[in-house]
Amino acid sequence: MLKYLIEKEFKAIMRNKFLPKLILVFPVMMMLLMPWAANLDIKDIKVAVVDNDRSQLSTGLVNKINSSTYFIVERYAKSYNDAKTMVQNGEVDIILEIPENYEKDQVREKNAKVNISVNAVNGTRGAMGGAYLSNIISEFFSGRNVSGQTALINVATQTRYNPTMDYKKFMVPALMTMLLTLLCGFLPALNIVSEKEAGTIEQINVTPIPKFTFIFSKLIPYWIIGFIVLTIVILLAKIIYGVSPVGSLATFYLLASVFVLVVSGLGLVISNYSNTMQQAMFVMFFFMLIMIMMAGLFTPVDSMPEWAQLIAGINPMRYFIEIMRMLYLKGSGLSDLTRQITALALFAAAFNLWAIISYRKKN
Amino acid sequence: MRQFLTFVKKEFMHIFRDPRTILILLLMPAIQIILFGFALSNEVKNIDIAIYDQSHDVASRMVIRKIGESPYFNLVASIDNMNDANKLLQSGKAKVVVIFESNLYNKILHEGRGDVQVITDGTDPNTSNAVTRYVQVIIAEAQQGLTNNYMPVNAELSMLYNPQMKSSYSFVPGVMGMILMLICAMMTSISIVREKEVGTMEVLLVSPMKPIYIILSKAVPYFTLSLVNLTTVLLLSVFLLDVPISGSLFWLIIVSVIFILVALSIGLLISTLVDTQVAAMLISGLVFMMPVMLLSGMIFPVENMPFILRAIAQFIPAKWYILAVKKLMIQGLPVKYVLTEVSVLVGMAVVFTTISLKKFRIRLA
Repeated sequence: MLKYLIEKEFKAIMRNKFLPKLILVFPVMMMLLMPWAANLDIKDIKVAVVDNDRSQLSTGLVNKINSSTYFIVERYAKSYNDAKTMVQNGEVDIILEIPENYEKDQVREKNAKVNISVNAVNGTRGAMGGAYLSNIISEFFSGRNVSGQTALINVATQTRYNPTMDYKKFMVPALMTMLLTLLCGFLPALNIVSEKEAGTIEQINVTPIPKFTFIFSKLIPYWIIGFIVLTIVILLAKIIYGVSPVGSLATFYLLASVFVLVVSGLGLVISNYSNTMQQAMFVMFFFMLIMIMMAGLFTPVDSMPEWAQLIAGINPMRYFIEIMRMLYLKGSGLSDLTRQITALALFAAAFNLWAIISYRKKN
Repeated sequence: MRQFLTFVKKEFMHIFRDPRTILILLLMPAIQIILFGFALSNEVKNIDIAIYDQSHDVASRMVIRKIGESPYFNLVASIDNMNDANKLLQSGKAKVVVIFESNLYNKILHEGRGDVQVITDGTDPNTSNAVTRYVQVIIAEAQQGLTNNYMPVNAELSMLYNPQMKSSYSFVPGVMGMILMLICAMMTSISIVREKEVGTMEVLLVSPMKPIYIILSKAVPYFTLSLVNLTTVLLLSVFLLDVPISGSLFWLIIVSVIFILVALSIGLLISTLVDTQVAAMLISGLVFMMPVMLLSGMIFPVENMPFILRAIAQFIPAKWYILAVKKLMIQGLPVKYVLTEVSVLVGMAVVFTTISLKKFRIRLA
């Protein structure tokens, strides 16, 4: 019986004018565009320089800043106010003001200061930019310090798993998760309720099909769609960005299949409780946005306050993003991921049980 | 006019008789603003750190004490071999391991040079960068303490417009753009397409009302609802998140209303393009939400993107709206600084409305 029901679901999806296109085109479009957009790399921050000193020292400092990959000295301004107008027009992000007699004071008293004003409206770019710029200035002076007192402790740094600090490598696995969640969450959420709206659910309700079988027949097509989408995005990630999982592909598919069950289960639960597609869509959106925001996709979970970390703890997407990033970048095995796997398995079981229980054959 | 009002009333009833949707429509903005404002932060903190101290002397202890005191770090383990360090990093239990070579203090005193190794988990490049910087600063401070050789402060940093560096300052304009877009575009398109799908559109079209008024009456309730949401968001951000409205409230509202009109016209456009609710929802939801989140500069700076994406971003209304809100609300600039943004938004509203009115078919196929 299950076989025929699944056949029916696939026919319903394939004969829809819009869905098969969406399932194929949406992932491709997202994978082509989004890794380029989701980029918090700090580079090419535009600096306006107000040089009131015009000495050898100030020129040296400006050259040092310009030579860094983080900054471009975009404009020279006559005065601070002039530079402030540039910030207001969005032409530059940071103002570096060098006071008069800077070189002389530096030589004489060793404590002349430059002023850095950051346009802090742009969160990361502003904060990081300001910090980097002070660092570069400190480096400039410690490099000039001839007494040799500065570098007593030598700090050697080593970056593992993503040595080139490529932001795309970090975002691609997370964007894959987002895609999978959106497609395998929204489509099931609209499914049962669309049968309710169309009235075809009545026909199912008068058949001897058990609830369990019915829910399964709704789940399995999305599970298979999940696999198709996943395969497309893995291939695209490999071809376009040269990013492929360091860990085993089998582990990857195994865990992804559990995750698809989680989101599809959630979608079916919402579908069961909704009377119209509009309702289902909005409830799903509501949960989706919270899930995406609280998943550590855009900002690290560790930076959240404690109550928010608790919410993140009951967010299945957060665990899967962790799994994806660990598999893709670190090549972690199943044993490193037990915590996340347990969480996902629990979510999958809970949501799908709930979906079966909440589905009522009586009106 | 009375006819028109009757139609508007009908649309309002559609909304009010579905309590779940209305609840979500009103709650979603509030919850998002709170989550964004309080929970999300770009600042890197609470980093799990592990220490491998081979030295156990004054120098290493001093650094370790400073790390323990730092609000950025969370000391999770002291280990005594490299194997453990690898395991901690691999399993993600520590984001950074600091390794002190043996006899560190002696080497500093006699050879004038000691080595400390910092291994970071580079999965997240920004976190890893920040962590490295934090550790370097802590070690530099410890070194000053050890040698009594204070380094002069070279630069004074001031944060314009956002002195406390709150993330909510940059997120609030983004959330406003996203919520208004989502609600207006999606709701309008769904409610029109729904009438097509259910078949009641035919009934409306044979009524003596002009088709344009039918469409307008669909837009009025969602316009009102968006104004309610706008008020909620502004009140919450001012009184709960302490994000000030530094500029003129009047112009902020005007710009928002223009943006709402753009979103409504996009909703109309979608409704003329598709025939089923599912398609309308998925287009307005997936095809609009993702780009708005990613390309509008709400989270990721547009300046960082390659040329093609920057070009695409110019066509995203939310991008212009967010820019204008940042300038008006956070930076407190006078309205002449947002003229470009405003005219682009007005232009978009005109273009979208014209296209959708042209495409709106009075006759059903």
